Parts: sequence; C-alpha cells; structure tokens
Amino acid sequence: MFRNQYDTDVTTWSPAGRLFQVEYAMEAVKQGAAAVGLRSTSHVVLATVNKAASDLSSHQRKVFKIDDHIGVAIAGLTADGRVLSRYLRNECINHAFVYESPLPVSRLVVRLADKAQVCTQRSWKRPFGVGLLVAGLDETGAHLYYNCPSGSYFEYQAFAIGSRSQAAKTFLERRFESFNTYSRDELIKDAIFAIKETLQGDKLTSSICTVAIVGQDEAFHMIDQKVIEEIINSMEIKEDAPADQAPLQEEDKGSEEAPMDI
Amino acid sequence: MALRGDWVYENNGGTCVAIAGSDYCVIAADTRLSVGYSIYTRDYSKICKLADKCVLATSGFQGDMKALQKNLAARHLIYQHQHNKQMGCPVMAQHLSNTLYYKRFFPYYTFNILGGLDSDGKGCVFTYDAVGSYERVGYSAQGTGAGLIIPVLDNQLKSPSPLLLPAKDAVTPLSEVEAVDLLKDVFASATERDIYTGDKVEIVVINASGIRQELMELRKD
Repeated sequence: MFRNQYDTDVTTWSPAGRLFQVEYAMEAVKQGAAAVGLRSTSHVVLATVNKAASDLSSHQRKVFKIDDHIGVAIAGLTADGRVLSRYLRNECINHAFVYESPLPVSRLVVRLADKAQVCTQRSWKRPFGVGLLVAGLDETGAHLYYNCPSGSYFEYQAFAIGSRSQAAKTFLERRFESFNTYSRDELIKDAIFAIKETLQGDKLTSSICTVAIVGQDEAFHMIDQKVIEEIINSMEIKEDAPADQAPLQEEDKGSEEAPMDI
Repeated sequence: MALRGDWVYENNGGTCVAIAGSDYCVIAADTRLSVGYSIYTRDYSKICKLADKCVLATSGFQGDMKALQKNLAARHLIYQHQHNKQMGCPVMAQHLSNTLYYKRFFPYYTFNILGGLDSDGKGCVFTYDAVGSYERVGYSAQGTGAGLIIPVLDNQLKSPSPLLLPAKDAVTPLSEVEAVDLLKDVFASATERDIYTGDKVEIVVINASGIRQELMELRKD
C-alpha cells in the first residue's frame, strides 16, 4: 500500500471507494503476534504467541477473560485491546445485572463492532488498531468470532490473525471440517499445532504460548503452562504438518515492528 | 401498611448473627420473610456469598437487600478483573461501607453483617448500620431478634472491654463446633419471643477448607 492523497483522515473516501485509514488499521493487526481460535460443538480454544518486547521484559498478555462464558485473544495494539476488553467486561456485567443471565456472544460482538464502526466515521477519532478473536458459549452453542477494526465481524469454525497467520490458516483449512467432532483435548492440540505453524522454524516452548479454553461445563480459563509443556513434548513432527510455505504476501518479515505492536 | 403515601420501605423482619473465631467465622440468618403480621415465605435466604472468604448476611428490607447484593457482586467482578484476585474481607468491608454511604440520602434499608476470614486466616465480623457506619467486632447480631440475642452473646463470648487500650482482638476462644451450637441456641431463644424470627436458620461456616452450610429447623409459629 502506498501513500496517497486520500489517506490523511478516516473521513475521506478514495475514488475507488476505500477508506485507507481503516485499511491501515487492519495492517496493524497483521503486524501483531499471531493468535488462533478453533471451535467444536462444545468447546472453543484460543491460542496466542506471546512476544516479549525484549529479553528483559515480561511477555505481553494477549488473552483476556471477559466473563465466565466468553474470552478474547487480540492481535495488534495491545493498549487498544486492553481498553476494548474492559468495555466488553462491563457490557457482560451490566447485562447479567439487569437480566440475570449471561450475555449471548452474538450480541456482544455486535456491540463491539458498532463501537469500532463509530471510530471509522468521526474525524476526531481513529480506528482501533486491534483485531479480536471472541470465543464464547451461550444457549445457541459454541461460537468463535473475529472482530476487525473496520467494524465488521464474522463467525468462524477456526481462524488465525496476526503475523504469519497465513501458515496457521492453511493448516486449519485442511482440518476444520472435522473440528465439530473433536474432543476437548484434540482441539487444544490442534490449536498448539496451528501456533507452531506460525513460528515457522522458531522453537515452540510453553513460555511463548498461551492457550485458553471455554466449554459447556468449563468456565473460560487459561490452561496451565505445565499441561501445554506436556502436549508440546508429546507432539511428533508429522509428515503433513510442515506448512506449504504460503508466500508471505502481507508483511515484510525483516521490517521493524512498531514498539506498541505485540 | 405504608405509614405515609410516599413510604417506599418495608421491614421484612428476620435476624442475622455472626461470630468470629481464631480460624473460622460462623454466620447465621433465619429464613422467614414477613410483612406486618403476615409471612411472605418460610424459605428465603438472607445470606449471600460475595467472595471465597467473605459472606454477607442482611436483615431489613429485602428489596434493598437483593439490590445491594447484586451491586456488590457486580463490583466484585470488576475488582477481580482489575486485580486478578478475590476481594479480601476487610477490603469488602470498606467497600460495603462506601456503597451504603453512597445512598446516604435515600438509604438501603438494610442491616448488614459481613463475615469471613482476613488475610491472616483469622475470623472477622463487621457490623453495619443502614448508612455504612461499620466496625470490626468479635460477634454481632442485627435485625428484629438482635435485642434478644446480643445480651446473651455478651454474656457468653468473653469479649474484652472496648474501653481497654490498646484495643484487644475480640475474637472468641470458642471452637467452631461450640460457636455453631451457641448460634443454634440463641436462634431458638429469639424464635420464642420474636414473631419475625423462625422457620429455619441457615448457618454458614467459613474456615481454611472453604465454606460449609447447615440448615436447622426452628419453631414455625
């Protein structure tokens, strides 16, 4: 994407009918560290790669519990992600207070999407620079949604966002049809596999990986590091796993990532 | 019946009692809900678990009790999100006081007792008035039967005089079983003479291993 005369503010359309500022915001998501989500009929798993800004600092938190039945994983500007998580938590608490029942996931993602849309139509605001994978369970079953800075959202069986997510997406595309029949443990394993794909050569250890799960009888929670360690150790290099090295069309791996993008 | 055209409160009666021990806390409340000389229900819980080590018992107007409990539970969720841990009992105590005083000029018609374990694992009981004035004590009773119960507790629980300085820990040396038995006795006594107390008493015990609940039958008249 090259600089042009229509990308100065979010309230300017280009002649081709594009809002460049919004598209640049989506670029921020692509620069963030990877996050994947997978869904079966009874469980949803989120897994993220935890990047540390340097060896001296701690790993960035990318998975947030929103309520007992909903959690999110983010990619992009973590500050924006944190603020949105606080908003989502508030919405869930208020709904539960008034209606004494958990907020359905689909309603939550709509509110989030509407909030994002506002920032695409005000000259004094900027779009949120974070994509959210929203995992949740409600009366209608297990759900995984992706909310992007543009204000649109989609429901997925499985999805990956962030840098080198194409590799994970390719891996998931091959297997998603059977996810609905997967057991809880198989789902976790495949989530870790998908994360492994995004590392492409870098070693997968439990310290750089966060996995969280929500299920029908299971409130949203992070999975213990020891359990992840065991799963990683038991993983064999399968023949079909090495990702078809999909051409990395989105970003330049060698480019400096802006300090706030984790 | 309402005393004035705009009287919005109602006293639903009932009694709450709590006793703090060295490593436990027992909180009890009867389960009768009344209005005037009638009974709404014999099976209404006035006790609410707010946090892992923190339980609230409320007598007074149950509409306000419900609203107060919901309010506190929601604020506790926010606290957990922000601090990544549960509210401790003294923290919740201050918070309850703030919440009550917030409505100083349209109060929650509630008489609360907060019980639980503090950060050292010792039992603590906090007693409140309707607008949030509170104090940590070794034992307390609130509600319609309180006047009948407090003198008995004063006699039985060797609480050092509050006039002694420095303020000594008023926690009772009684064991958990003895404290529960004492509670059962005082409730049975209060039930005899207070029309609003009776049916059943719900006893909740908090100790290091968690929270335990018991129900005991009381006179139904």
